[in-house]
Amino acid sequence: MTTFDTRLLAVLAVLAFVVMGLSRIRVSEVKVLFWFSFVFMVLNNLLIFLFSPEHGVSIYGTRHEIAHLFLRYNLVQEQLFYQLNVVLKYLATFPVVIVFVSTTNPSEFASALNRIGVSYRIAYSVSLALRYIPDIQREYHEISIAQQARGLEMASRKQSLFKRLRNAASMLFPLIISSMNRIEVIANAMELRGFGKEKRRTWYSARPFRVADYASIIICVLMLAASILMNVLNGGRYFNPFV
Amino acid sequence: MADNIIEFRNFGFKYTAQAEPTLYDINLAVRRGEKVLVCGPSGCGKSTLAHCINGLIPASYSGEATGELLIGGKSFRDLDIFKISKMVGTVLQDSDAQFIGLTVGEDIAFALENDRTPLEEMRRRVADVSRLVGVDKLLHHAPYELSGGLKQRVSLAGVMVDDVDVLLFDEPLANLDPATGKTAIEMIDDIHKRTGKTVVIIEHRLEDVLHRDIDRVVLMGEGRIIADLTPAQLLSSDLLVKSGIREPLYITALKYAGVNINEDIEPQRIETLKLSQTDMDKVRDWYHSVPVSPVRNDRPVILEAKGIGFSYSNGHKALDGIDVEIREGEMMSIVGRNGAGKSTFSKVICGFEKQQRGAIYLKGADIASLSIKERAGHIGYVMQNPNQMISKPMVREEVALGLVLDNRLPKDEIDRRVDDTLRICGLYPFRNWPVSALSYGQKKRVTIASILSMDPEIIILDEPTAGQDYRHYTDIMEFLKELNGKGVTIILITHDMHLMLEYCTRAVVFSDSHKVADAPCEEILTDADVVGKASLKETSLAMLAQMCSIGDPTDFIRRFIIADREARK
Repeated sequence: MTTFDTRLLAVLAVLAFVVMGLSRIRVSEVKVLFWFSFVFMVLNNLLIFLFSPEHGVSIYGTRHEIAHLFLRYNLVQEQLFYQLNVVLKYLATFPVVIVFVSTTNPSEFASALNRIGVSYRIAYSVSLALRYIPDIQREYHEISIAQQARGLEMASRKQSLFKRLRNAASMLFPLIISSMNRIEVIANAMELRGFGKEKRRTWYSARPFRVADYASIIICVLMLAASILMNVLNGGRYFNPFV
Repeated sequence: MADNIIEFRNFGFKYTAQAEPTLYDINLAVRRGEKVLVCGPSGCGKSTLAHCINGLIPASYSGEATGELLIGGKSFRDLDIFKISKMVGTVLQDSDAQFIGLTVGEDIAFALENDRTPLEEMRRRVADVSRLVGVDKLLHHAPYELSGGLKQRVSLAGVMVDDVDVLLFDEPLANLDPATGKTAIEMIDDIHKRTGKTVVIIEHRLEDVLHRDIDRVVLMGEGRIIADLTPAQLLSSDLLVKSGIREPLYITALKYAGVNINEDIEPQRIETLKLSQTDMDKVRDWYHSVPVSPVRNDRPVILEAKGIGFSYSNGHKALDGIDVEIREGEMMSIVGRNGAGKSTFSKVICGFEKQQRGAIYLKGADIASLSIKERAGHIGYVMQNPNQMISKPMVREEVALGLVLDNRLPKDEIDRRVDDTLRICGLYPFRNWPVSALSYGQKKRVTIASILSMDPEIIILDEPTAGQDYRHYTDIMEFLKELNGKGVTIILITHDMHLMLEYCTRAVVFSDSHKVADAPCEEILTDADVVGKASLKETSLAMLAQMCSIGDPTDFIRRFIIADREARK
């Protein structure tokens, strides 16, 4: 995914949204993630324009000015086209990330990591970390209730950012203590059932490879090949419509 | 001696981090197929003993062992935790944290995975063992979605999948409500009978474990084995009272009545108990001799909930048409099974959640407009787990936190109030201690003190005594009673039937988001319908009353409580 070829990015972005649709993820589940990525994308574009208003010119080698804005900032076709590529890149990657995070079963992921040669201890700690996120969220909620009951203002706009940060930090103390207890229990439970005894282990959630798996690997390889091919054809990462 | 599966010989153990040994002179042999209960107050060494049996000592907790411990005939010095785990399977106490797998099936298979069992065989063995414990329909569920009783079955399946010789249950009743606890004991008994495996149970709730037959009870205290007797022998002695374990309530009642308890009357279970005609007469005479004085609280209503309805944003209805009145100076309990709505109710009262219907009145005034913080000045909320509440490293800072945040009182006034609170709570000597150096019970006091310093009229406590042995339970509850005597209204959310009976005059029962009963505790506990809905169980006192042909078991319990309060003074 090093390419900035506009045509390829457009195709990938469309595909990403198709995959998202196929995954049957409910919009309400990933709304927050979507907003987050959208805000990030807007911010990224603003900053690019702010710090490097003519970056497109240096990439594409031509300069077609549309209008003068203010100070050193101009509206330039090349810059607009470059930033269009940035937007497309976001649109092509974020849906895929969201689909991965919300449809991958942590245990199956761990088993897969292990199969491609990652040590099962590391694979398992990744899976456990994913598994404990909801638990820790619940715990955080409980703790925040207890603190608010004693007058700690959490979301109040009356307070300075610094004070709000300090208040949030005072909830970390109980959160860390209870997480440590949790770690002790799980570590004991795992050891009592033989975790770490052998160099390798098997996986109850292991899935045999099916046609669809092979197909998706082939599609991924093809997409990679396409992006490399475009690099070669364009003589660089960018597709240049200005020459 | 060949059939001893576990054998301690002059065994002792000292943790590296501690100056004194935790176990001394342990001599204990458990025969193959036996069912043994290890009993004792917190800190008596029973958990350490369990850790020695399952190999967590020395694998996770280092220390120095003396003497000999044989497991399956081999010295513990020649074994490691993995070899031991093939012989001893440990079921940890109910806690979501012990589940490793994301689904029930995966969790059960965990030990097999670590043994590199091929997938096909793994599937077959998981299916077999899950049928044995009755969770075969739940293999695709997440363990934390299940009820406490089912969770325990899943953890049991997870150790039985390995075909171990010994099943070790570490506090199996902690966190279970009375009805589920009863089923858990029945399940353990059933598995013991069907598989013939050796069963070792570590637990301090004696009466509940004795619901089914036990071969022997090993009583521990201060790191030593005090007694190793049959249940009948133990109950016939005075060892329980001496070592701070609660004896079964019917035994206490019989003792008050002057009945001589010995092995011949088979006192180990209320069902096996054989009382002579003279004994029954004694119980009846005692019953009539206890004076009853009607206790009535006709002080003004301090808190009133009217027609409260609440649904979570996912549509789950948690409260429906709840009316509750609480009078000034009352000490009452809210009971019901998990998810019945009792925690939600307290959250609505404190303002953590906002009801969609109905209103809450504090001394007659609607508190809908009060914020969480403003309500906290009147109604304090103490969570079950003190570690979730304590956010300051030092005792004094923690107790002062609410007042400091409030920022209305001058500093010397805050200091004075904090000192007063610390004295009331018996924490003054510890005021400059780090919280981490305190025991669990002391931490609990710190959390109560930190609420008390804000001078609320009402305190709500969520399971104040969960997981506490009898001595700590009594400490905490007597302290609350003292506070109550000073005029603080106390609401307890609990599963603990003893707590209700001994300390509360009244209980409100929630079931499926409705209030199903609101009556004196002894009436609640003798109403079979309510008992079932609240996941409580019938008390042995009611059965004793029946046995002695006392027509009104409710009155029998009432008089027992009066006599018991007198006796404990």
